[in-house]
Amino acid sequence: MVTTTLKFATVGSVDDGKSTLIGRLLLDSKAIFDDQLEHITAVSRRRGDDVADLALLTDGLRAEREQGITIDVAYRYFATPRRSFVIADCPGHIQYTRNMVTGASNVDLAIVMVDARHGVVEQTRRHTLLVSLLGVPHLVICVNKMDLVGNHEAALKAVIDQFTEFAAKLELRDVTFIPISALNGDNVVDRSPNMPWYQGTSLLRHLETVYTASDHNLIDTRFPVQYVIRPRTTEHHDFRGYAGTMAGGSLRVGDDVVVLPSGLPTTIAAIDGFDGPCSEARSGDAVVVRLSDHVDVSRGDMLVRPNNHPVVTQDLDAMVCWMDDRATLRPRAMYTLQHTTRTVRAVVTDLRYELDISTLHRNTEATELGLNAIGRIALHTTAPLFIDDYHRNRTTGGFILIDEHTNATVAAGMIAERGR
Amino acid sequence: MVARPLVDESISIIREAAAQFERPALLFSGGKDSVVMLHLALAAFRPAPLPFPIMHVDTGHNFPEVIEFRDRMVEQFNVQLLVASVQASIDSGRVADVQGPRSSRNVLQTVTLLDAITEHRFDAVFGGARRDEERARAKERVFSHRDEFGQWDPKQQRPELWGLYNGRHRMNEHFRVFPLSNWTELDIWEFIREQRIELPSIYFAHRREVFRRDGMLMAATPFVERLPNEEPFDTTVRFRTVGDASCTAAIESTASNYDEVVAETATARVTERGATRADDRISEAGMEDRKRQGYF
Repeated sequence: MVTTTLKFATVGSVDDGKSTLIGRLLLDSKAIFDDQLEHITAVSRRRGDDVADLALLTDGLRAEREQGITIDVAYRYFATPRRSFVIADCPGHIQYTRNMVTGASNVDLAIVMVDARHGVVEQTRRHTLLVSLLGVPHLVICVNKMDLVGNHEAALKAVIDQFTEFAAKLELRDVTFIPISALNGDNVVDRSPNMPWYQGTSLLRHLETVYTASDHNLIDTRFPVQYVIRPRTTEHHDFRGYAGTMAGGSLRVGDDVVVLPSGLPTTIAAIDGFDGPCSEARSGDAVVVRLSDHVDVSRGDMLVRPNNHPVVTQDLDAMVCWMDDRATLRPRAMYTLQHTTRTVRAVVTDLRYELDISTLHRNTEATELGLNAIGRIALHTTAPLFIDDYHRNRTTGGFILIDEHTNATVAAGMIAERGR
Repeated sequence: MVARPLVDESISIIREAAAQFERPALLFSGGKDSVVMLHLALAAFRPAPLPFPIMHVDTGHNFPEVIEFRDRMVEQFNVQLLVASVQASIDSGRVADVQGPRSSRNVLQTVTLLDAITEHRFDAVFGGARRDEERARAKERVFSHRDEFGQWDPKQQRPELWGLYNGRHRMNEHFRVFPLSNWTELDIWEFIREQRIELPSIYFAHRREVFRRDGMLMAATPFVERLPNEEPFDTTVRFRTVGDASCTAAIESTASNYDEVVAETATARVTERGATRADDRISEAGMEDRKRQGYF
C-alpha cells in the first residue's frame, strides 16, 4: 500500500516548546532510536540537566548546541500506519528568518507554536505572515503550555481572538487551533482528559488526516523542460525526449500542447515515468515526454495547453524576502533570476514598499531591503518568463534572485498580480 | 511500494544537476545508498547512457565481495568507473598512513576525494548521504556548496527554496549533490526489495569470522590489527552499512533475503551508523567536523 507523505514545518523558538513537541511526536511514533536517546541523555547529564534535552535531537550543529538555539532547518522523518511525515524543524529567531523560509517553502502544513501564557506575540505574527506569504496551504496554531494556565479554555479563546484580528488581512486558507501541553503530551497524540472542553482532534490525528490532495494545482498544465535526452546511440538514434517535473495540471498521450516561447503547436506522443511508459503525468511527476513533431525545444522552455497559458512577460511584480547579510536590495540593482528551469538576468525597476512584518504596515518610503526584510518590488528581465500568480501555483509563481558576484541566493520571490 | 514522489524528487535533482553542472560525477562505494542512487541516475536519462562517470574512493581496505560487485555493475550498466585510491595518496606522500589496532583510513579519504575532484575538474559530485543518517547531515542542503578548499560551512548555507537549486560557483569551488536527502534507511530497503536491486552479498546473513570491539562485531580482516583480548570467532552476521573494512562493523543477523532485511530494518532500535560505524563514535560533532573538511 502506498501511504501519503505530509511535509510540515514547525516554527517557533526553543522557549515555545517546539523541540519538546517534536521530541514527543518522534518518541511516541518510535522514530527515536535507542542510541540517539542514550546520546542526548548523556550529553544532557554532562551539562548538568535533569532531563534529556530533546532539542539535541534536531539541533545537530556544534554552534546550535553551544548556544542552545536552532540556527538552520533540520529535517526529521517519522511514520504512523496512516501517513509518513517529514518535519522541517525551523528556527524562530528573526536573524534566521531566511532559514525558516527555506524550511517552509515547500511544506504542506506549518505548525506555529504559541505560548499560552503570552498569547499572540510579535514572533507569532511574523511567523504567520511568512507562512501566509509562502502560501503554505494548512496552518496549525499550537497553543502550548496549557498546563501552565490551568488548562482553561479562556487561554485558547484569547489566542483565537488575537489571532483572528491580526490574520484577517492575510491569505490563509485553513487554520486550526489546538491547545496542547507538549511536556505532558496533552492533545499531542491522544485527546487529553485534562481539557474535556476541547472537542477537536489531537495534533497527530490532525496531521494524519488533513486533506492535501487538492493542494496541488491540477488545472493549469505546466511542464518546464529541464533536460533534453538525446541518446545519440545507434539503437535510439532518433530518440528525443524532454525530461522535467510537472509543475501543474496533467498531460496525457495524444494531448495537444504548445511550446513556449516559440508558440509552436504539437502533440504528446509518449510519456515515460520511472515505472515505464504511462498514459498520464500529473503535477509533481518526473517524466520524459516525446512530441509528435520535430520542434525546437530546449531547457527552460515550457509545454502548456493551447487554451491555458501562463503570463508571458519580461515585467513582473513580486513579494520578496531578502536573505543576504552582505548587501541590501536596492532599485536599479541587477541579479540573476532562476524561475522553474529558466535562468535570466533581472533588474529591480521599483521598490514599491517594505512590509512591516509585525504590523503589516506598508512603508512606501523604503529605499532598500536589508537582511530578512520583506517587500514588494518590480523587476524587468532580459528574456520572457512564463509565470503564474504564486498563490495559484507555487512552482511557476516562485523564483530566487542570485547575486552575480558572490553567487549567493539573496532573495526568495513570490510573483503577485500587478495592482494587487 | 516506495512513495513515487520520493523517487521523482531524486530523479528531478539528478537531472537538474546534470543540466547545471559541466562535469559531474557520481560517488559509488558499492554501498546500498550509492547503488540506489546509481539506479535512479540510470533511470533519469534512459534510454541515453549515464552522462557522467562514477567514482569509487578506494581506501584499499575493502571487502572483496564489494569490489567484485562494483566491477560487475560497471560491466552490466556500461558506465565509466574512476577509482581514486587512498593507497596512491599515501604512496605519493599526500597523506600519512595510520597505524595501530584502532586506526582507520576512513578520514584519509577526504584528501583523496578532494584531490580527485581537482584532478578531474569535477564541479559537482553526487553523494548518497541521507538526512536521517546523522544530525549534521539532517541540516545539509540538497545542493551543498564547497569552497575552493572543499570545505562545508554550515553557518553560511545558501537558502534553498521550493525545487529551485542554485549551483552557481566560482572556479575551483564545487557542489555536493544529495538526491537521497529525504530517504530513510527503510525507504532504501523497501525500494531495493521492490525493484529487486542486486547488492553486495555481505548485506545478507552469512557466516564470518569476527571479533568484538566496543560492543560491535568487527570483521577479522588483514586490515585490522586485533588487541590481545580480541579473540576472533565464527558467527552469522550481515552488514547494515558498507564502507572501509577497518571501521565498518557487522551486526548479528539471520536476515538472508529482501523481506527479512526489510522486516529487520523496520524494527531496528539502533541507527545504522550507531550500530556499525566506529568512526561516528569519536565525538559529539564528529561528522560535522569531518564534513567541514570536505568529507562525503
